[in-house]
Amino acid sequence: MKVSYQWLQEYLDIDVKPADLAEKIARTSVDINDVYSPSDGLKKLVVGYVESTTPHPDSDHLTLCQVNTGEDTVQIVCGAPNVVAGKKVIVALPGARIGNNIKIKRSKMRGELSEGMLCALQEIGFSENIAPKAYDEGIWFLPDDAKPGESVFPYLGMDDTIIDTDITPNRGDMFSMLGNVNDIAAFYDLKSHFKVQKVNENSSQLTSDLVAVNIADTQLAPTYKMRVIQDIQVKESPLWLQIRLWNAGIRPISNVVDVTNYILLKYGQPLHSFDYAKLPAKQIGVRFAKHEEPFVTLDEDERQLDSQDIVVTAGDKPVALAGTMGGLETAISNDTTSVALEAAIFDPILVRKQARRHDLHSESSTRFERGVNPETVETALNEAAQMIAELGGGAVTKGIVTGSERDLITPTIVLSLSRINHVLGTTLYVEEVVDIFDRLGFTTAIDGEQITVTVPARRWDVNIEADLLEEIARIYGYDNLPSTLPEQSSNIGALTERQQLIRTSRHVLEGLGLNQAISYSLTTTEKATQFQVEPHSNPMQLDYPMSQDHVAARMSLISGLLTDVAYNVARKQKDVQLYEQGRIFVTHPDQKRPEEQEHLAGVLTGELLTDNWHQTEHHVDFYDAKGIVERYLTNMALQQKISFVANHERKEMHPGRTADIYIGETLAGFIGQIHPQVAKDYKIPETYVFELNLELILAAAKKSRHYQLISKYPAISRDIALLLDEGTTNDEILAAINKKGGAHLVNVHLFDVYEGAHLPANKKSLAYTLTYQDSQGTLTEDQVNESFDKVVDYLTDQFNVEIR
Amino acid sequence: MGLREKLDELRQQGLKDVDSSQDLDRINDIRVKLLGKKGPIKEALRGMRDLSAEERPKIGQFANEIRDDLTRAIESKRAELEQAKINAQLAKETIDVTLPGSAVSQGQPHVIQQIIDQLVDLFIGMGYEVAVGDEVEEDHYNFEMLNLPKDHPARDMQDTFYVTPEVLMRTQTSPMQARMMEKHDFSKGPLKMISPGKVYRRDTDDATHSHQFHQVEGMVIGKHITMTDLKGTLEVVAQELFGDELKVRLRPSYFPFTEPSVEADITCFNCLGKGCSICKNTGWIEVLGAGMTHPNVLRMAGVDPDVYGGFAFGLGPDRFAMLKYGVEDIRDFYQNDVRFLTQFDQKG
Repeated sequence: MKVSYQWLQEYLDIDVKPADLAEKIARTSVDINDVYSPSDGLKKLVVGYVESTTPHPDSDHLTLCQVNTGEDTVQIVCGAPNVVAGKKVIVALPGARIGNNIKIKRSKMRGELSEGMLCALQEIGFSENIAPKAYDEGIWFLPDDAKPGESVFPYLGMDDTIIDTDITPNRGDMFSMLGNVNDIAAFYDLKSHFKVQKVNENSSQLTSDLVAVNIADTQLAPTYKMRVIQDIQVKESPLWLQIRLWNAGIRPISNVVDVTNYILLKYGQPLHSFDYAKLPAKQIGVRFAKHEEPFVTLDEDERQLDSQDIVVTAGDKPVALAGTMGGLETAISNDTTSVALEAAIFDPILVRKQARRHDLHSESSTRFERGVNPETVETALNEAAQMIAELGGGAVTKGIVTGSERDLITPTIVLSLSRINHVLGTTLYVEEVVDIFDRLGFTTAIDGEQITVTVPARRWDVNIEADLLEEIARIYGYDNLPSTLPEQSSNIGALTERQQLIRTSRHVLEGLGLNQAISYSLTTTEKATQFQVEPHSNPMQLDYPMSQDHVAARMSLISGLLTDVAYNVARKQKDVQLYEQGRIFVTHPDQKRPEEQEHLAGVLTGELLTDNWHQTEHHVDFYDAKGIVERYLTNMALQQKISFVANHERKEMHPGRTADIYIGETLAGFIGQIHPQVAKDYKIPETYVFELNLELILAAAKKSRHYQLISKYPAISRDIALLLDEGTTNDEILAAINKKGGAHLVNVHLFDVYEGAHLPANKKSLAYTLTYQDSQGTLTEDQVNESFDKVVDYLTDQFNVEIR
Repeated sequence: MGLREKLDELRQQGLKDVDSSQDLDRINDIRVKLLGKKGPIKEALRGMRDLSAEERPKIGQFANEIRDDLTRAIESKRAELEQAKINAQLAKETIDVTLPGSAVSQGQPHVIQQIIDQLVDLFIGMGYEVAVGDEVEEDHYNFEMLNLPKDHPARDMQDTFYVTPEVLMRTQTSPMQARMMEKHDFSKGPLKMISPGKVYRRDTDDATHSHQFHQVEGMVIGKHITMTDLKGTLEVVAQELFGDELKVRLRPSYFPFTEPSVEADITCFNCLGKGCSICKNTGWIEVLGAGMTHPNVLRMAGVDPDVYGGFAFGLGPDRFAMLKYGVEDIRDFYQNDVRFLTQFDQKG
């Protein structure tokens, strides 16, 4: 709410600077969006008196005005059609700064000297939505008693400071001057001089003879009251009233409408004024709209209503969308002479939904949504009726017609001093607490350390003990609270084993050169389904997604990482090595929610080490990716054997360059090159990926930590080179060597793989070093030779091999 | 020429030869020639038998002196030449130490992960447990148990990705409040937990909005937990992440699951409170929301609000990272440009 500092000063003797007041409000009541003055950035704008005008000799729309600006009379060329001698106007003197940071200079306009500019409100910073429509086409006229040469700001309320508050949903009471005055009075311990104007029912007619109100469903409108003001004349409001409105961001329209808005600001009570004569019937009611019931609102929009909308009716015909916007048919016009004035409380939830449905968030609907002060419905109605009668020269009829009225709710809450100090951590005394409630206007009764608090209805956000604690804390001041730390618990703070392993997994992969990526969990259905370790059913779909790119929950991390690669490649970043640790979502038909599995995935493309003076570039390949996975799995110290088994069937993967990864007999992931066609679809180059089901790694049995004695006796090694058929795998050879290696074979190391020019077609060469060692004694050459010969014989027997 | 003179001459000549030697081979030759078994000193000494018994020891001593002098000179020269040889070798081996070192690949944690880990470590040090919740939650835990019934206006503030009417992508990490309270054995002392993780909102992605971001929830519930404990805890968090010299201020706010509710601001680390564009001239930066747990939330989770109470807070690592590093576009966190990922020093 845009709160006027000058208006506050009418009700409170405050002498702090507006910025300090705003800071205090922020620390004690509600957040502050901004503190500003309407005159910020403007200068040298003074009152001028147009002494005479003559048409510009060389233009059909410009006027030469002789304007008294205090000491001198100067000539100013003006293009406004409404400029006329005898009026007080806004003059921007040479050197002035007007709206949009425009500087005014002495100039010649079509040969005629112009020593300044006559301004419209829009030209001095008023928004188009706020400047009164009556002056749309021309300059603004100041009051006739304005003194030429004086600054225009005080005349237009532009010397005010506006504190723009950002009100939390619970503090609906702060949507009014009254609420602000009460809170500021409480926290500064000031006396409020809030003034209420009483109504003078100066018409002889009874309101009840003019209208009847029957609220059938008091859920919709718990309180509904009406007054009638007769014989009024609709005209422009006095300037002071217009200033109040425009400084609050509301456009002045006419005396009747302006009064309702003024009262809305002052009390937070939205009012609606109907043209009494145009009401189709004088029986007023409130009901749900009918499905697709047509209704034309004030903004001339013909709307189809919803059966959850609430309407105010006259003889069952809708005349207003309750609390949201009035109807065009019964709107106040210049011809209105009688006003039926409504002050009501409508159901907050229904108003909120209806405002949302019709995109009609207004000053009124906002207040109904957040709650309206039940204490001042009638006060506001009376004051508005009185003001309309005064400003329109009419008469208020006798009595209020009440259709419904909810009793005031004033909760009584008992709290104890020890409880207060226990929760807040303070050492307050009863007197201090009572003083805070006195300042807030809450009544208290004290019995020892028990304080019984009665909360006024105007603070409908305060209902329970915790609410009172908040009132005490904020008025006492959060700044005054000491700082402590909570008591220790019996838990030792530590990551769980699972959390620690996940963190270690990340650190290992970072140590192996992969940067951590965090991609989106929600993706397209196609991407969500790709690259699953184990093919699952359909991905989890959002009911009402926001964009086509994020409709389903991922079932693999790889597709997200490939999207990251594509993003990089499109930005000329060709060397990308990333990993991600995160959830995938597996749906099960019998479960409400999907299973969330932690996965670990990596992606490698481009050069692993950038080419430099010292190293040659190295384009990533399958074995780089596999090395990372092997190193990671070694660090995880799994008891069971890890194996890589070629899989030619994975749809998105290169059929000849993909392996499934097994922990023992369990499929735990896969690794390989993505299929060139898939790479093309993603618009990425040759890329290698891996994905592991981290849950399986976390759950798998780990090797116990033990130490193996390092043998004191020397090791002996033998090399063997095998010329084999191309299809023979390293795994097969290793298995054979290990099978016949004997007790002392401690290591088999593949040191060379060769395929190519010097070998027969479809042949390859694998070369191994076999290391023998005994922990109990020194091996003899004969012992080693014997073992080695067994291996050679077995290989010769098992494979089509030539030992080289 | 007497033997003494002969020896003296040998010394003079020997020292001259040693001194003029320029390489180790030559020095070696001199040593063999002068001091060897067939060398002139040995030769000269052989002539001692012709001397008188008085002369003999004197000459012998003199000859030994000469031998020692020459030996010393030779060793000294040898050392000098060896050093020169090593120096020459080292000079030859000299490299340009300003050439760049070999590339070693090492990855980095994501900047958001860094912030989460920093917070996790901080809270673990204060005896908190880390509770990780599901990203797909029940409406019941995400809203109802947090005092947000179906028609609550605050539900408008957080648009939600629903999967079914009861299941949704969690909009906050707060569901872990109820889940942890239900599980905790309060007879063993207070519940102290933080819960980091991803959350989702039905937002259109732009520079300041992301449909996916992170939160870290914190909660402490016990018999003696006070609002001053909350204030102290938030100060520790702010100072850990942004620096010791910063102040924390609490402002009233509103969350359905806490009462009192506060917003915590820290002194703007950019201008230290003077006012700048980052803090919109207020000198303060809003960093997190917090409050004393609402009795309804305790009650719904089966905790007696008359006996137990405490606080909860929620903060956004994405926002922290944006503030701390001046990241201008939240999408940068999820698009994973390697140039973006690799610039956050792990120790930073």
